Amino acid sequence: MRWFWIDRFDEFVRGKRAVAIKNVSLAEEHLHDHFPGAALMPNSLVVEGMAQTAGLLVAEAIDYNRRVVLAKVAAAEFHFDAVPGDTLRFTAEVLDLKPTGSLTRVTSHVGERVQGEAELFFAHLEPGEGVPKLFEPTELLRWLDQMHIYDVGVDESGRPLVRPDW
Amino acid sequence: MPSHDEIYEKVKSALVEALGVDEEDVSPTATMVGDLGAESIDFLDIVFRLEKAFGIKISRGELFPEDVLSSSEFVTNGKVNAAGIATLKERMPFADLTKFEANPAVQNFANTLTVEDMVRYVSSKLGG
Repeated sequence: MRWFWIDRFDEFVRGKRAVAIKNVSLAEEHLHDHFPGAALMPNSLVVEGMAQTAGLLVAEAIDYNRRVVLAKVAAAEFHFDAVPGDTLRFTAEVLDLKPTGSLTRVTSHVGERVQGEAELFFAHLEPGEGVPKLFEPTELLRWLDQMHIYDVGVDESGRPLVRPDW
Repeated sequence: MPSHDEIYEKVKSALVEALGVDEEDVSPTATMVGDLGAESIDFLDIVFRLEKAFGIKISRGELFPEDVLSSSEFVTNGKVNAAGIATLKERMPFADLTKFEANPAVQNFANTLTVEDMVRYVSSKLGG
C-alpha cells in the first residue's frame, strides 16, 4: 500500500512548482516514542514529505512514464523541529528535468518560518532497471485524486491539468 | 575554449556540490569512487551539474560505463574481457586505463577514474 505522507496539494504547476501541506498530529504513532513527553517530527520524515511533493511534480511532468525514485538528498538543512499541531508547507521547484533524472529544490515552512531546505535528486527508471512496478495505474490515480492534484493543477499555460483516463 | 585551470575549477565545484566533499579533498589525482566516495547515482548528479556548468550534452553511460561493467558480453568471471576493454577505450578516450588493464577485475574500475579524467572529458566535449 501507498504510504501517504502529504495531506493535499494547494498548488501544482506542471513541471515547475508545487505546494503541498502536511499536518503534524500527535495521533501519528511514530511521535509517541520520538520522544516520550517531547514529540518532535524527525527531519528524515520531513524529507519524505518533501520527496513526495517533488516526486509527484516530476512524475506528472513526464506523464508517469518512468518510475521516479528519490536517488539522493544532495543537500538538506533544518532550522527548527516540527511538532504536533504544526502545518508543514512544502514548496517544490524543478531545477532541472531530463529523461533520466531531475534535480529539485524543496523548502518546508511552518507559517512564515522556513523550517527546512533541501535539494532532492530523483532518478527516472525504466522497467527492468532494478525497481519493481511501483503502482497500479488505478491505485496511483486514486492517490492523485486524494491529493487534489487535478483540482488545483495547471499546465505551463495555466490551463487545468487533464486527468488521465486510466 | 576555457583553459585547463578554468575547467578544473568548475569540475571541482561540481564535485564538491554533488559529493558533499571539501574543496581540499579534490585534487587532480583523486579517484572518483575510492577517494571521493562517488556512488553510481552520484554520476547521474555529476552529469547534470557538468552539463549545466559547461553547456554540454552528456549521453548516458558516457562518463561512467555501468552498462559495460554489468554486461555478460563484456565481463567474464568478474573481469572485463578483451572486447570489454576495447569498448571502454573507445567509449572513454579521456581515461587512462593502463592500470586497470593490468588487473581488469570489475571492482578495480572504481579506482580508475580520477578528477583529471573528468577534466579531460569535459575538455574533449568542448572541442579541446
